[in-house]
Amino acid sequence: MIEIKDLHAKVEGKPILKGLSLSIKPGEVHAIMGPNGSGKSTLSAVLAGRSDYEVTSGSVTFFGKDLFEMSVEERACAGLMLAFQYPVEIPGVKNVYLLKAALNAQRKARGEPEIEAPTFMKLVREKLKFMKIDNSFLHRAVNEGFSGGEKKRNEILQMLILEPKLVLLDEIDSGLDIDALKVVSEGVNSLRDAGRSFLMITHYQRLLDYIEPDFVHVLSDGQIIKTGDKSLALELEDRGYDWVVEETA
Amino acid sequence: MANEEMEQLVSSEYKQGFVTDIESYTLPPGLDEDVIRYISSKKEEPQWLLDWRLEAFALWKEMHDPQAWANIEYPKIDYQAVSYYSAPGAKDKNAPKSLDEVDPKLLETFEKLGIPLHERAALAGVRGVAVDAVFDSVSVGTTFKKELAEAGVIFCSISEAVQNHPELVKKYLGTVVSKTDNFYAALNAAVFTDGSFVFVPKGVTCPMELSTYFRINAANTGQFERTLIICEEGAQVSYLEGCTAPMRDENQLHAAVVELVALDDAYIKYSTVQNWYPGDEEGLGGIYNFVTKRGDCRGDRSKISWTQVETGSAITWKYPSCILRGKDSVGEFYSVAVTNNFQQADTGTKMIHLGEGSRSTIISKGISAGRSNQSYRGLVKILPSAKNARNFTQCDSLLLGDKCGAHTFPYQEIGNASAQVEHEATTSKIGEDQLFYCMQRGISEEDSVNMIVNGFCKDVFQELPMEFAVEAEALLNVSLEGAVG
Repeated sequence: MIEIKDLHAKVEGKPILKGLSLSIKPGEVHAIMGPNGSGKSTLSAVLAGRSDYEVTSGSVTFFGKDLFEMSVEERACAGLMLAFQYPVEIPGVKNVYLLKAALNAQRKARGEPEIEAPTFMKLVREKLKFMKIDNSFLHRAVNEGFSGGEKKRNEILQMLILEPKLVLLDEIDSGLDIDALKVVSEGVNSLRDAGRSFLMITHYQRLLDYIEPDFVHVLSDGQIIKTGDKSLALELEDRGYDWVVEETA
Repeated sequence: MANEEMEQLVSSEYKQGFVTDIESYTLPPGLDEDVIRYISSKKEEPQWLLDWRLEAFALWKEMHDPQAWANIEYPKIDYQAVSYYSAPGAKDKNAPKSLDEVDPKLLETFEKLGIPLHERAALAGVRGVAVDAVFDSVSVGTTFKKELAEAGVIFCSISEAVQNHPELVKKYLGTVVSKTDNFYAALNAAVFTDGSFVFVPKGVTCPMELSTYFRINAANTGQFERTLIICEEGAQVSYLEGCTAPMRDENQLHAAVVELVALDDAYIKYSTVQNWYPGDEEGLGGIYNFVTKRGDCRGDRSKISWTQVETGSAITWKYPSCILRGKDSVGEFYSVAVTNNFQQADTGTKMIHLGEGSRSTIISKGISAGRSNQSYRGLVKILPSAKNARNFTQCDSLLLGDKCGAHTFPYQEIGNASAQVEHEATTSKIGEDQLFYCMQRGISEEDSVNMIVNGFCKDVFQELPMEFAVEAEALLNVSLEGAVG
């Protein structure tokens, strides 16, 4: 699904990713862990196409296409979705409006007609219920005045409606209490299937109890230095990152 | 996103820029007493009105234009190079008495602008809105006059009002904006040609929306319309105005005066969608829009509400204001101003509180793009008599790109310790984060910008009558076409 080869990227002239390679196949769930400043969030920003990140070398193919030849919205329409760590507030724009505009933009890109209003509302209500979100939420402005938990639920709600192929979950667990973490994880797990992949970025092993990864990678200084299964995460929880860094030095 | 991309996104297309090829009689450029006498005689005005004009003219000659204090720049205007009267039709032809006598080309022009003047068409189009259409210096027709008359509402051009209701005109004209109020108001008083007149008698709620559509067509001509709206005790009216002009390389002058009078318990809602030609991408041409608009809440519990969407004009200089004279009177100002390319705007409002318990609300949203420059200038003045007066002001500016400017000049003069005055102001660059968020969901850059800007303006659009809200949103999108990044 996505093939990252020897990726180098800079932020404000400073190299952050220094030769990162990673391959994700359909149906797989990968977790990336690593100390602060190792480049975790940079990776998701580069893949989604933020303009303030400069790719200096390496390649990424998404469904066989050169990802860097695609605009931000083309990547989204091709099925790449970033669930943000800090979803931004957009005053005056209703949630329901953004959801519908996004869904229709993606349908249009696939050559499908716009979704009919009743069908859309039915879909949205069903997903709201699943995510334990009140209907009044639809008429609030996007993320405006939302608690941390509400913002994260909103990201997952969008995911349930847009049904992306590859989801980048950027610290989706930060700022969540246990109940909210459960709801968010259930949302993610409900979408797991053979055709869909996830890349989770997290600091904590806790998230992996709820969303079980197939692979766990340790990112350090812009490179993946160790890969294992979920037992690696438990080990990291116990021993920290230093031993991995030393082991691979 | 890079600023060049932002700029590409904001390049706009002006869809009302066509010229109507029609025979018209236009006075040669220049302004002296004879020109004023000509205008007055053409309109068969009574002597008192001619005298009023001449007095205004004498005073105007002693005055200076406001360039000294406004945050706008333009070359000195040669007022002798402007023509002060232009009317469709031959020199000696009288104004059409009914829509049937109106030149079909004129009707076509307004139809093209989406303003059908034939009532049958009007009925099919914008339902329940009566329209007065002003072409250059004259009103070419007013729809639904009969229906309005049955309700007791007078809606006609001001020239007609001078003929048919001179006592009302004499009683109210110049009582809100005096002929010496400012340079452009004085000029307008001297040479005003047409505009709308609305009178809603005691206790009547006007049965439909009233609307005036102003069109400048002739080249090198100024438009000086004057609008007067009076709501007697307990009366209510909602009035809309729209404006467009052809694309021309020369700047054209538009100096209007609008006066509103609300007596006890009356409510006037005045909405504007101003889309005069803004000039081209290089800043060539466009309308100079120097307008004085003021409402007088003369009666207790009266209310005047201004809502404006300003996207056009090369230069805008206007401050729709309220004089809150009545006890518990209410003044509101909701504004969205968009400037792009080389447009300049110095706009805002004045809320003058005299009445006890008077309240005012100011919500101003400024959006600057391209190399444009925009200022909010607002005065909240609370006089000693205005016990327990309240004001809430919120002005937000949104910048698109890094070559435009946004400025805020709030003035507060509080003469009463019991007053409550709040002021909130924000200036933000259109959030790269917001854009990225929308685009990451698959929405194109342009649609994302429109969505964010419309969201930014929501508080104001909500105040517009339904038909206008849709138009305003569309207009905003066109004005910002190609404008962001």
